[in-house]
Amino acid sequence: MTKTAFLTAACAALLIAGPALAQQKPSQATIEAYVKSTFGKASPEWQARITPDESLAVCNTTRNAVSSVQSEAIIKREMAKVTYPADGKLLGDWKKGYTVANNGRGGQFSDPPGTVAGGNCFACHQLDPKEVSYGTLGPSLSAYGKDRKYDAEAIKDAYTKIYNSMAVVPCSNMPRFGTNKVLDEQQIKDVMAYLFDPESPVNK
Amino acid sequence: MKLPIIGAAVLAAAMTLAAGHLTAQAPPQDDSEKEIERYRQMLSDPFSNPGFLAVDRGEVLWAEPRGAKKASLEACDLGEGPGKLDGAFAKLPRYFADADRVMDTEQRLLWCMDTLQGLDTKDVLARRFSGPGRASDLEDLTAFIANKSSGMKIQPQLSHPKEIEMAAVGEELFYRRGGVMDFSCATCHAEEGKRIRLQGLPNLSVAGATAQATMASWPTYRVSQSALRTMQHRLWDCYRQQRWPVPDFGSDSLTALTVFLQKQAAGGEIAVPSIKR
Ligand code: HEC
Ligand code: HEC
Repeated sequence: MTKTAFLTAACAALLIAGPALAQQKPSQATIEAYVKSTFGKASPEWQARITPDESLAVCNTTRNAVSSVQSEAIIKREMAKVTYPADGKLLGDWKKGYTVANNGRGGQFSDPPGTVAGGNCFACHQLDPKEVSYGTLGPSLSAYGKDRKYDAEAIKDAYTKIYNSMAVVPCSNMPRFGTNKVLDEQQIKDVMAYLFDPESPVNK
Repeated sequence: MKLPIIGAAVLAAAMTLAAGHLTAQAPPQDDSEKEIERYRQMLSDPFSNPGFLAVDRGEVLWAEPRGAKKASLEACDLGEGPGKLDGAFAKLPRYFADADRVMDTEQRLLWCMDTLQGLDTKDVLARRFSGPGRASDLEDLTAFIANKSSGMKIQPQLSHPKEIEMAAVGEELFYRRGGVMDFSCATCHAEEGKRIRLQGLPNLSVAGATAQATMASWPTYRVSQSALRTMQHRLWDCYRQQRWPVPDFGSDSLTALTVFLQKQAAGGEIAVPSIKR
């Protein structure tokens, strides 16, 4: 085979591979059509829940591996969605906070209307070291407040994290509890107390 | 295949014991992992697997003349030719020229019920998942058909352009986040050795042993639900946990995800129905 013939063959191979490769990454329109065929009968409210917002759309296209530019944009955008309590108090009742952390209900299509949603923190985190039934998708939060010496700065950071995880870590796998209205302000204060009250089993 | 059913009560008692151990044990993760493993072993005894009752019911349904045409399903083509059951499940979902669609087992069964039997599938769909006192034709038939591929290897069909599209879209859907918790399949199934509460989560994001063992074990008898379940139910339940809307039964996204998962599981040796928690 001459050099040019080889090159021509190689180019032809590339041309053939082109469309095949394009097919491996389906168009956004194709993906949306599939989503519509499977979830299209859901109510407008439910449809809205699975329409990614600007930040999540970036997480989806990059599979959570964002560039530093994208990362900054997400942190800025999500930070603007965080609301701190008007009374300035970030800690509520740790006993109620345990209930929030332990409750995995809410947001599922099988939940009866009016179901109070929980934070389901135990699904992903170790908290009270005596509780064996905890998940490992997130880091252990045992002794969280104690380890941080109940520091005011750490308390504010944790509030931000729970209110909107992506304001801290872009494309975090942790839900954005406050921003997505899973938990209300009082529930977040209570779960905060579960992490930061010296009397909480988390810190014992 | 007929197998004796050893009292479900015995099984339930064993489970309660196992659960008791789980909560009574001290914290170290290794200990609880060991307990979970023991409990899994208890569940994998085939002679106490009520899933085989579903297989038997499916066998009867397959041969029973039903619908406006008073026909059985015996001429149904599951991809290997009319009435050819051996190994058909190992290659599903796949493209069917007559329907011009990629279909999984249940979608194909619904197609055959409609075209061959003239059966009103509304009632069949209303019973798509069995419940107390309510059998599911689709679960039973799928168990029967899948069992005919036991011992064979998962062979994903990826030659037709629509099959290739399904696998690619399935992969995209696996990573698509949404719902109030921002979850995708990958949130729970993309890392090794993770668990939610005490439930181990298979990493399905990579092809190989874990995906093989997972996909090769469905349909399965779920002890916690006292029912045989197929992949349609597993994905329905995972979308529920994902806080997404109810997925339409037998719809394209579920088939796409199944094609993608079968691709990850290629070569896995099918052993169904299995039995699980
Ligand atoms: C679906 C999994 C998931 C759930 C549910 C979840 N988290 Fe997280 N969480 C994570 C992951 C993953 C990280 C680490 C990565 C990151 O920071 O985004 C994390 C990090 C954190 C951190 C920061 C830890 C540090 O590095 O200092 C805090 C605090 C926290 N979570 C609290 C909570 C609380 C409280 C709840 C319940 C109201 C909760 N999480 C529910 C997954 C989860
Ligand atoms: C919030 C968590 C969560 C999400 C999101 C999720 N799953 Fe699951 N998945 C689970 C749990 C829990 C199990 C059960 C594990 C067990 O029983 O040991 C499971 C089981 C499975 C199984 C069967 C595993 C086995 O060993 O038999 C498959 C397959 C599966 N999921 C696929 C998916 C797909 C595909 C998606 C996305 C559509 C998804 N999951 C989304 C939590 C989740």
